Amino acid sequence: MKWGSASAFLTMGGYAGYVWGSYGVAALCIALEVALLAARHRRLRRELRGG
Amino acid sequence: MTANINWLRYSSPATFYPLAGRLAPWFFIAAALFTAAGIYVGFFVAPTDFQQGEAYRIIFIHVPAAWMSMFLYIIMAFWAGVGLAFNTRLSSMMASALAPTGAVMTFIALWTGALWGKPMWGAWWVWDARLTSELILLFLYLGFMSLQAAIDDTRRADKAGAVIALVGVVNVPIIYFSVKWWNTLHQGASVSLTRSPSMASTMLVGMLLMALAVWMYSIAATLLRVRCIILERERNSEWIGQLPELRQ
Repeated sequence: MKWGSASAFLTMGGYAGYVWGSYGVAALCIALEVALLAARHRRLRRELRGG
Repeated sequence: MTANINWLRYSSPATFYPLAGRLAPWFFIAAALFTAAGIYVGFFVAPTDFQQGEAYRIIFIHVPAAWMSMFLYIIMAFWAGVGLAFNTRLSSMMASALAPTGAVMTFIALWTGALWGKPMWGAWWVWDARLTSELILLFLYLGFMSLQAAIDDTRRADKAGAVIALVGVVNVPIIYFSVKWWNTLHQGASVSLTRSPSMASTMLVGMLLMALAVWMYSIAATLLRVRCIILERERNSEWIGQLPELRQ
């Protein structure tokens, strides 16, 4: 493996906050978008079934 | 000769709605697979950069998101223009469905750019041509969305949105060529069609895999959103009442 240990991987050569902050926020944005879309579709299905 | 598929058929919301529902999961699966492969190559195969150390690994999300933010805008403007010219309902719905995903990609590009700029340039943000024009792209997406949200009549909302979308297209080449036209802190293109890429080939592979992942994700999210928009706009038409998922 390229990284000697798990902690070497996690510290990212001293740039952990920048690298994981980038990937973390990107993942959060994607998760939020998918969750909002699923909720919107669920709400529409419920409304249209009821009305 | 019955193998002839009538593609125009899919321009009707009633036929596109179930098709989009069948396709979306496959694009999500493809996005997940490409992300896994891209992260693997980007973090476990690609070497450490001799100048930037490990910080450069932000590239694997930053560049694909930035590419996608520009590309989605062009597709959005294209569909908005088609809707404006031919009054086709589904085209305008596609334009509206693309905007929020484009805004998300633009935000990710700006955010990861700030987190990359700080350790490399010493600043989260500088008002240079590349960064400023990408910020304008975010405002164009948000402007398109809020303008559409502010107008109740959907036909008028589509028309007004199309005007913003088409005028704003001029910003996309400005973003792309900004690093050539102006003296900027942002580095030039690492990948171009006319010369060989200025990076290690494993880095390039990781970036292209992530670009494919972002592509697949954007298609999936847009398909889900256009399904919502179709239900919202066509709620009074007869075919909606006959959807199997709404009866029981």
